[in-house]
Amino acid sequence: MDIINAILIIILVICAIAVERTKDLVSAIIIFSAYSLFMSVVWLLLKSPDVALTEAAIGAGVTSILFFAVISKTERFEK
Amino acid sequence: MKKIIIWILFIALFLILSIGIFDMPTSPTLDAPSYNETIHYYLENGVNETGAINIVTAVITDYRGFDTLGETIVLFAAIVAVSSVLRIPSKKNEEEAQKHE
Amino acid sequence: MNDTILKSITRIIVPFIQVYGVFIILHGHLSPGGGFSGGALIGTSLILFTLVFGVKKAKVKFSERVAEISGSAGIIIYVLVGIVGLVLAGSFLTNIEAGFPAGVAGTLMSAGMIPIIMIGIGIKVASTMITLFHTLVEEEVR
Repeated sequence: MDIINAILIIILVICAIAVERTKDLVSAIIIFSAYSLFMSVVWLLLKSPDVALTEAAIGAGVTSILFFAVISKTERFEK
Repeated sequence: MKKIIIWILFIALFLILSIGIFDMPTSPTLDAPSYNETIHYYLENGVNETGAINIVTAVITDYRGFDTLGETIVLFAAIVAVSSVLRIPSKKNEEEAQKHE
Repeated sequence: MNDTILKSITRIIVPFIQVYGVFIILHGHLSPGGGFSGGALIGTSLILFTLVFGVKKAKVKFSERVAEISGSAGIIIYVLVGIVGLVLAGSFLTNIEAGFPAGVAGTLMSAGMIPIIMIGIGIKVASTMITLFHTLVEEEVR
């Protein structure tokens, strides 16, 4: 169980760094959505299914769609 | 010079957060910091006082109901702010607004 | 978007998502979930409908008038339940002592005011999600 936790946390750190390094904002949002999915698995392993459900619905679903809507009004690439 | 300071701060923050992760409880243990007398009160009296068998819901809507009201009002404030800035007024509303001026 | 496969699959899948969201809201006091997750699910189903069929058709299903009414109704339900507690028992948001029926613990009709508050939060969250998305993607037509 500890090994699974460690792997998930390492994936979270990699995702967080990748979001910051990516210049293409659409890819950054997709990586951020993957981050939220892994985060919801971590919440499930910490035995809080309520937070996991909310994180999967809001973090992975609604937040990324709202970010896409904002990008469609501005620019796709970071300067 | 600026870059070196930034990197030192970053590494220090990273180390502190990593130490924090290893102190996180991976499974329910008796010596976790959040395990105090409040949780005993909720677990023993929660079902009798609220009638809800899901203790998380009992806490967020009954014992801490006022906090949840604040959370809902935050959502309301967000929607008011976004629509007052970004909303495109329909033609009918605009004509009415001009009539009042 | 003009894709037949997407349109037919969306027509089938949207009611199922909404029924699951309503299930999560109503069973908030029995199983994991509650107003926030269930409302987010219902909002996401309406966002999916908007993405596939376009803003104009979605505005027919969920117009600005409905958005205004439901956005305010969520908070009004919550505050009214709190005021009932204030009048009958002396403090804001009192549950069982204010006369809400306790019921048998573990059944759907139990826990006094908690299901009513959950319905209020669910309406508020769903209307917030869908109104934010509609406001952001709306194009200026002159």
